Amino acid sequence: MALKSSPAVLGMLTRLSRRSFATSKALASKPVTVRDALNQAIDEEMERDEKVFVLGEEVAQYDGAYKVTRGLWKKYGDKRVIDTPITEAGFAGIAVGAAFAGLKPICEFMTFNFSMQAIDHIINSAAKTFYMSAGTVPVPIVFRGPNGAASGVAAQHSQCFGAWYSHCPGLKVLMPYSAEDAKGLLKAAIRDPDPVVMLEDEIMYGIPFPMSDEAQSKDFVLPIGKAKVEREGRHITLVCAGRGTDTALKAAEQLAGSKGIECEVVNLRTIRPMDFDTIARSIAKTHHLITVEQGWPQSGIGAEICARVMESPSFFELDAPVWRVCGADVPMPYARTLEAHAVPGPADVVDAVTSVLGNKISAVQAQ
Amino acid sequence: MALKTGASFVKLNAFRRAARAIDVKSSDVRKRSITNIVKWLLSTRTRPETAQNGGGKIAKFPGARAPYVSEMKFFNETSYEPIPIYRVMDNNGQIIDKNEEPNLDKATLINMYKTMVQLSHMDKILYESQRQGRISFYMTNYGEEGIHIGSASALSPKDLVFSQYREVGVFLYRGMTVTELVNQCYGNCEDPGKGRQMPVHYGSKHHNMVTISSPLGTQMPQAVGAAYAYKRVPNNDRCVICYFGDGAASEGDAHAAFNFAATLDCPVIMLCRNNGYAISTPTSEQYRGDGIASRGPALGLHTLRVDGTDTLAVHNAVKRARDFTVANNKPVLIEAMAYRVGHHSTSDDSSAYRSVEEIQKWTKDESPLQKFKLYLEHKGYWDAETEKAWSKEARDTVVRTMQEAEKKKKPNWKEMLEDVYYEMPPRLQKQMKQMEEHLKKYPEHYPLNQHESD
Repeated sequence: MALKSSPAVLGMLTRLSRRSFATSKALASKPVTVRDALNQAIDEEMERDEKVFVLGEEVAQYDGAYKVTRGLWKKYGDKRVIDTPITEAGFAGIAVGAAFAGLKPICEFMTFNFSMQAIDHIINSAAKTFYMSAGTVPVPIVFRGPNGAASGVAAQHSQCFGAWYSHCPGLKVLMPYSAEDAKGLLKAAIRDPDPVVMLEDEIMYGIPFPMSDEAQSKDFVLPIGKAKVEREGRHITLVCAGRGTDTALKAAEQLAGSKGIECEVVNLRTIRPMDFDTIARSIAKTHHLITVEQGWPQSGIGAEICARVMESPSFFELDAPVWRVCGADVPMPYARTLEAHAVPGPADVVDAVTSVLGNKISAVQAQ
Repeated sequence: MALKTGASFVKLNAFRRAARAIDVKSSDVRKRSITNIVKWLLSTRTRPETAQNGGGKIAKFPGARAPYVSEMKFFNETSYEPIPIYRVMDNNGQIIDKNEEPNLDKATLINMYKTMVQLSHMDKILYESQRQGRISFYMTNYGEEGIHIGSASALSPKDLVFSQYREVGVFLYRGMTVTELVNQCYGNCEDPGKGRQMPVHYGSKHHNMVTISSPLGTQMPQAVGAAYAYKRVPNNDRCVICYFGDGAASEGDAHAAFNFAATLDCPVIMLCRNNGYAISTPTSEQYRGDGIASRGPALGLHTLRVDGTDTLAVHNAVKRARDFTVANNKPVLIEAMAYRVGHHSTSDDSSAYRSVEEIQKWTKDESPLQKFKLYLEHKGYWDAETEKAWSKEARDTVVRTMQEAEKKKKPNWKEMLEDVYYEMPPRLQKQMKQMEEHLKKYPEHYPLNQHESD
């Protein structure tokens, strides 16, 4: 691939992200970054199951382009942490073949943008082989890596592939937000008999989150296909995933403070299979819905949620049309100021909430 | 291929490589080879000459170790002799060198030939059945039977096979029955693949044959990945064989597979069926240089080119490759030269891009079936009478099987929703239940009697 982020860029990104994200949670007793949580998950699962191995570009001595595989090569050696030549189609194919033959590969893409060069293996082979082999050949594999907008790396390094992969039956698609999500979901993905696409956020890697003792334990696994209500509220539901959750939570905080609007923030955690029950329950409570995602609007995750609302009794619960807050419908611009406006920020969510609640806002405040 | 200076050095090295590849053992073969190399060294053919500088000092760059020279010289496909084509039999089924005749017993040889004949009858009848509209698609294997049976007979049943789509002879030889194969093409309820795949996309976990994948070349890195998994097993005695065509070798996946096989040191045999055409594209438009084999040494694979119309030569090549790859965890590339006698598939009419005369040469003089039959006749294992009897039996088996396959029901409609995930997600369960209720309510609108029921 043409451009790989150098450690210098990585360092810059980490600093940038630290500057631009709320870190109040980091004050809790055991802050763990998303990066370390992912690292813990891989380490624990490799220890637990000899069949689990990691492959990808720079994952061994270099510790991974984003240091997610830090220390694993030292601990497990060449046999289980494999640096590959720079061929996405090659190592994705190797991973699929190894899964056919009984291993459990974790295939790291340096970023999911580069997974486009290997998408045939993911869609046509990994996702479909269990079906095509009449249920005789499971493909237990995890494709993981950073997804979505990074910082200052423009069109070919800043794109969300949530909608792309969640379109395809046979795949499970996860999108962690916090350190707890990252660890619990990745462990579940590694143990799952189906192929799983784990879409992480580069900008979230360096963010510390408090992690309970339970989440720190080796037995901690989150269920695939279950959303988490990150914040309870009664006026409007914000459905989001990954870094979108961070945006939604910040917006919710602002709205609660300035306008007295209580948002219910639903962190999907899994995009496919989608936990629509949790969304429906929340709509029944708030009667208003907004989706927040970094991806483009057309045929996106928000579009899917809207369609499911339309097709279900949740439609009758709505007091206003659903709005989607998405990435701008253009390739990611490079200029910093434009880039900041091309992905949804808390202000965009605040605007959307204000618009959807419309003339009811004054009523809300009076309550 | 590494750049060496001086014609003789190039030649000697090429000879060494060739000798290593076929692992010359018997002394008279060695004598003949030595005569050849002497002739070769004396030949006047222009060789790439590059003047050495600094007393042949070897440069040690991380990316290459090679001598420095002061004369600039480009290397191209004519800088090297073409990689020779190994064969055991001539066109009359006579063994050229007795030492190269494989040690196969009568029963095995007859089984090999019978499978080839069975394959050719199956092709003929299923091809026609597509033309009659009974199945949607078919691909014949004419001209490549020798590669299928020669390679399959040299493998262990434990070895894992990644085929492309024109290797049904390997499935037959491994013990998949004509009935199972025909049921697949008809997508009926007895198809081991549950009627899900288009015709000729066979697969059998029981026979260690990976379900065929349509996108070209995807099986190649996957085969290397499976070989990597085998390599990790202590005292591994299995290898993976991956079949692909001369066209698929142009896919990026092919390069990826060669490179990964070499760098990961995997026990895999990459077997190219070079049959001259990728649908309508002749090899002259598919690549420059010395075929697919020349890419092997360039990427660090043990490489051999073999006459794919010579079943015994293919058998020897794959057997030697298997022994080598399992013992050393190093990949082998075999390029089996053949000719695709039939059309690419039922979607193709090859008369648009090649002459009848061209095809005839390969159906008469170079037919793998003919050569192998003559060999069996020389050995006294086969004659016109046995040929006639087996030919009839083979044909009847397919016709009978096909008639039965057509009468069998289609799979239960519920199969459509199964195996998408290891456990059926609630959404699909819900859809299945809805469909069930719907069918109960309106059975007269659906051809339910054509499908298996619960």
